[in-house]
Amino acid sequence: MRTFPFVLAAAVATLGATQAPAQGADPNLGRNLAATCANCHGTGGVSAGSVESLAGKPKDELVRKMKEFKQGTRPATVMVQLAKGYTDEQIELVAGWFAAQKTK
Amino acid sequence: MTIQRRDFLKALGAAGFGTAAVSTLPGCATTGGGTRGKVVVVGGGYGGATAAKYIRMWSDGGIDVTVVEPNAEFISCPLSNLVLGGSKVIADVTVGYDNLARRHGVKLVRDTATAVDPDKRTVKLASGQELAYDRLILSPGIDFMWDKVPALNNADAQAKILHAWKAGAQTVALRNQLVAMPDGGVYAIAIPVAPYRCPPGPYERACQVAWYFKRAKPKSKVLILDGNGDVTSKGPLFKKAWAEEFKGIVEYRPNHVLTDVDVAARTAKFDVQDSVKADVLNVVPPQRASAIARSAGVVTANDRWCDVDFLTFESVKVKNVHVLGDAIQIATGMPKSGHMANQHAKVCAAAVVALLSGQPPNPMPVLTNTCYSFITDKDVVHVCSVHQYDKEKKTLLPVPGSGGVSPGMSELEGLYAFNWAKNIWADSLA
Repeated sequence: MRTFPFVLAAAVATLGATQAPAQGADPNLGRNLAATCANCHGTGGVSAGSVESLAGKPKDELVRKMKEFKQGTRPATVMVQLAKGYTDEQIELVAGWFAAQKTK
Repeated sequence: MTIQRRDFLKALGAAGFGTAAVSTLPGCATTGGGTRGKVVVVGGGYGGATAAKYIRMWSDGGIDVTVVEPNAEFISCPLSNLVLGGSKVIADVTVGYDNLARRHGVKLVRDTATAVDPDKRTVKLASGQELAYDRLILSPGIDFMWDKVPALNNADAQAKILHAWKAGAQTVALRNQLVAMPDGGVYAIAIPVAPYRCPPGPYERACQVAWYFKRAKPKSKVLILDGNGDVTSKGPLFKKAWAEEFKGIVEYRPNHVLTDVDVAARTAKFDVQDSVKADVLNVVPPQRASAIARSAGVVTANDRWCDVDFLTFESVKVKNVHVLGDAIQIATGMPKSGHMANQHAKVCAAAVVALLSGQPPNPMPVLTNTCYSFITDKDVVHVCSVHQYDKEKKTLLPVPGSGGVSPGMSELEGLYAFNWAKNIWADSLA
């Protein structure tokens, strides 16, 4: 647990050094990352079940919630564990992508 | 898609895999006739169906996608243990394929792929039909290694000693055996040495059968005969359930490597341990990638599984052939699960769309796994993980500090589990 931020920092640093600004430049990165959420939150963030849709939610709200899950200050079952698997940069990308989606 | 349009499409009725060999309805939401290439997907499970849908979606209909699948409908392995417990029926875990055709323009061929020619880039089907591809995606699931359970190596025996490890007729038949069993009987499940499809599945099954016995046949027992040295997934959570919720019903015996069965005597035989007779004997046999993977030449690990490049899920050995789902040689900490297959499919779909457009694949794929297990009909536990690509090691690795399991079973997680099923079925098939 304690080494986690350093591992992430290293990963981001490596990415930044070799591919800057790859994550910002490829418009599909947000889309691809957001697809990891669809199993529980629906394709494109439009939920077919009881868990909330993410499509069209304000980016700031999604980023704040994900960071609270990541820090463990927002109670949850799986999200407190899953949020820790994403870098802050990835959370920004995912949130930005969902915010831009239509709610259908 | 607007509500009205969706209702209109629903009103068109189920198309699915009709009697016609190929359903060629164009996708309503898409245009284009495969100008950017042809993809053939073998297998319409969690991996194959998701790959087909996402390639159509992400190529804006520019890539022609054909799915080859022998079954008329998708029947989910996840949640199918609830059919054994009796709180659900098989129809509850069954989803049609019609939306893949109607909404996404996927071509559906109800047939079995029998051979792949990677040089000619063609797939041969049981009907004799041949399909050409630019990229082939194999999501073929598993075959059972019947040679490891010799007495079960024939159809008659397999109809008596059931696996129910591919959801469908076997699931219903096992439920019927449990219902027919007199109170005071023993249900035994033999679990193969890992890796196998759905690591927590056998233990969830033991819970579901115990849940049924507790209510309907309280003098009956559940015996878990595990080829592994310990419970392979969610161990403490399952053991707590067996000690508390199902006290006196479930007995767990590790290190029971099955060597054969006596079909008539319903007896399981082991390499070291004493034989065990049961009233209902359920054998989950050892598994490997399905035969079509062998034909394609992509089986590279222990003569059982398929090594892939985790940036694209392309075979490390055969170009233009991708492999998804339970058939792959897994990376560290990656279970063989339906959720993972769906996630493999999205990484593969993004890569195939990029490659067929002359672009490089995403260099930083991320996958998640969330796996719910039902202890009772409502109370559920989970395990979850996040896997990021490691450029140095060229593999997917769990992110340190992420993922984990439930603190204990809860009804809240039961609601999330049913939500998961609704959403992943829609994400894969609608």
